[in-house]
Amino acid sequence: MAEFKQADSLYEWFDQRLGIDKFVKVMMTEYWIPKNINFLWAMGVLLTVMFTLLVVSGIFLLMYYKPDVAAAFDSVNYTIMQEVGYGWLFRHIHAVGASVVFLIIYIHMFTGIYYGSYKKGREMIWISGMLLFVLFSAEGFSGYMLPWGQMSYWAAYVITEIFGGIPLVGGDLVVWIRGNFYVSDSTLTRFFMLHVLLIPLAIIGAIVVHFYALRFPHVNNEAGEFFDFDEEAEKYLAGDKKNSKVVPFWPVFLSKDFFVLGFFLLFFFYLVFFHYDFAMDPVNFDKADGLKTPAHIYPEWYFLWSYEVLRGFFFEIAGISGKSLGLIAFAIANAIFFVMPWLDRSPMVKPANQRPYFKYWFWFLIADLIVLTVYGKLPPTGANAWVGFASSMTFLVLFVALPFITKAEAKKVGGK
Amino acid sequence: MKEFKILAIIAALVGITYYGIEPYAHHVMHPEVKAADFTFKDLKNVDTSLAGNTENGKALVEANCIACHAIESAGHPAMMPNADAAASYGVVPPDLSHSGRMYDKNYLANFIFDPVSAMKLSHKYPVGGAKAFPMPAYNWMTPQEIMDVVSYLQSVAPKVAEKDVNKVTYDAACGRCHSMSYAKFEATTPKDAIKAYMGATPPDLSQYIKSRKEHYLHGFINDPQLLLAGTSMPRVGLNEKAQEEVIAYMEEVGDSKKAERESVGLWVMLYTLVFAILAYLWKRKIWSEVH
Ligand code: HEC
Ligand code: HEC
Ligand code: HEM
Repeated sequence: MAEFKQADSLYEWFDQRLGIDKFVKVMMTEYWIPKNINFLWAMGVLLTVMFTLLVVSGIFLLMYYKPDVAAAFDSVNYTIMQEVGYGWLFRHIHAVGASVVFLIIYIHMFTGIYYGSYKKGREMIWISGMLLFVLFSAEGFSGYMLPWGQMSYWAAYVITEIFGGIPLVGGDLVVWIRGNFYVSDSTLTRFFMLHVLLIPLAIIGAIVVHFYALRFPHVNNEAGEFFDFDEEAEKYLAGDKKNSKVVPFWPVFLSKDFFVLGFFLLFFFYLVFFHYDFAMDPVNFDKADGLKTPAHIYPEWYFLWSYEVLRGFFFEIAGISGKSLGLIAFAIANAIFFVMPWLDRSPMVKPANQRPYFKYWFWFLIADLIVLTVYGKLPPTGANAWVGFASSMTFLVLFVALPFITKAEAKKVGGK
Repeated sequence: MKEFKILAIIAALVGITYYGIEPYAHHVMHPEVKAADFTFKDLKNVDTSLAGNTENGKALVEANCIACHAIESAGHPAMMPNADAAASYGVVPPDLSHSGRMYDKNYLANFIFDPVSAMKLSHKYPVGGAKAFPMPAYNWMTPQEIMDVVSYLQSVAPKVAEKDVNKVTYDAACGRCHSMSYAKFEATTPKDAIKAYMGATPPDLSQYIKSRKEHYLHGFINDPQLLLAGTSMPRVGLNEKAQEEVIAYMEEVGDSKKAERESVGLWVMLYTLVFAILAYLWKRKIWSEVH
């Protein structure tokens, strides 16, 4: 063991034992971020804050929530919303937060796609990010079941039913997931466990991996420029702050993030207090009733695009039933973003609008996702069904085409 | 400025998506709610311009109505306990103390003349059908006599204090069928009896202000058949004021923290605005050193 000299202050005492000085440098004051970034680079910190808000409000809800089909609805809508002091506040923050976090995730994700931040060394950031997306989706889905309203029940019914389409094991799988032949008390209690324990743990783990994955390739920048971080850091430390291309995480990067966070929270709290219907569907204020199917069943807004890909195939093609085709397309839609780094065959790391072919692909994708989202909510009848089919096909074709488009782009720009 | 452009693009994309999945989808999935008709102009059996004679009305009510209905405000208690009344009539006949205040005059007169058509329940109780509505039609009374009854009912309706009126109106108008468990109120007609009578269980209305929203309730209570064709819920014929009281009560019970939410909301947003401005100033200061 190294020799310890008598500490002169409490700070020094801790520093000797925990290496605070060094830790703060590595994590904060000498963790380098490119200077050339815009507010879109604040989304990661916004997500960290949102996740914290969700955990804290969730802990408060957990103190009164009862995972039992006979008690769940009233424990939320009466005990928490009306009896417990500020229980309504925690519920509103939690429910609206769960919805808004997806808005930020989507912005974060498409920022990554727009600036090409998923390739040339950043593949692990991307994959850990997608893992977070999948985990958040599972968290959102399991949480939506807990108030045991009509939409909780029927969305759970429809979504678990999807797994029944898997060949051979489908039927057994549905029963295994539900813990019963139908959505019931055992379904509620297991999704409760997933929602408050297993998935949050996995999310925390994935966030750690995500942050760690950022260390070596470093965060991308607005121009997609590659430069020597050590050199630029030296410049900064030597006092040439204005010419250095980097800034430290604390206080420079975070000061900008706090500013973005401030205005984001203003928007968020407006939704929490005054405009929450989009996240707390009115239909879910009717108690679950397995004998009364609601006229319209739809998932939360952030699942609508993939739900529409599932519904888009409503007729048989080449002897394969519409249901099976939809299921295959749905599986592809949920997995395809993982392999984005390998579908993009162009070496360019540049904002999409500076890439000759990719820019069309990007804006097409955005438009298609919006169409899918909107039609995912509308009843799939008449012309709507065909719009759903066309936009689902477009989605698949876009991803089939991506390697060819980017290959052509690589040729055009000559490997730059 | 570039950052404002980015923000504008994101706002536009989010705005379009929001419009599609909220206002537009709502418009597609929910039928238009017609403005409520508080004159009940489809009911024309009784000439309501006749001035009623309260004394005569009193005699008619005592002879015809109090065998089934309590009128506590006029000193007529219920003839039997609720369970027995429910067993005899299917549903507990409501106490009429507040009927003169709550029901629209034209509706009330026409209801006495012919309950089934006033409630719009002809699909359940067709003329000459097997099932008879438990309250007889007083179509043998002259219009003058009916207006005498109405006049009497109006005269016995007590004035209710502002702070109680919402609950009183709810209990009197909906309380024979709908429980309100979040206010610890149980419907006067026992659960099994009302289901057998109506063919559907009237839902507990504790959260209906949230699941149906005020706009829908305004149309639905005024004319259930328009929004839920074939439903067994009767048109109850409340005047505009009474209907607003009922809805206000549903909100008091179902959304009891609304006032708190709105005032706390303003404070939180004000605080956040101060935070955002300070954060902006701090950011300007810090970044001035690196630019
Ligand atoms: C045989 C019993 C019986 C008699 C007699 C009777 N009623 Fe009724 N009345 C009922 C029942 C039962 C209901 C509730 C019906 C329902 O809700 O389906 C009712 C409901 C009402 C209502 C509520 C209407 C609404 O829109 O909610 C009024 C007002 C009323 N009666 C007035 C009278 C008057 C006035 C008389 C005398 C002229 C009278 N009733 C005589 C049984 C009776
Ligand atoms: C005579 C019994 C009766 C009375 C009185 C009555 N209701 Fe109902 N109500 C019902 C029944 C039965 C249903 C269920 C209808 C169905 O499912 O078709 C219902 C359904 C409803 C619904 C749900 C509609 C929907 O969209 O599903 C609301 C809201 C409602 N009633 C409000 C009221 C209010 C407010 C009052 C008092 C002003 C009232 N009701 C008086 C029997 C009654
Ligand atoms: C939901 C929890 C998530 C949290 C808390 C989180 C957090 C962060 C943080 C703090 C950063 C660094 C700052 C920034 O560039 O914004 C970052 C970067 C990044 N994240 Fe995430 N993220 C999450 C989800 C995702 C998802 C779903 C994806 C996409 C699949 C993703 C992909 C990326 C990428 C590509 C970067 C690098 C950006 C660049 O280099 O410019 N993240 N994330």
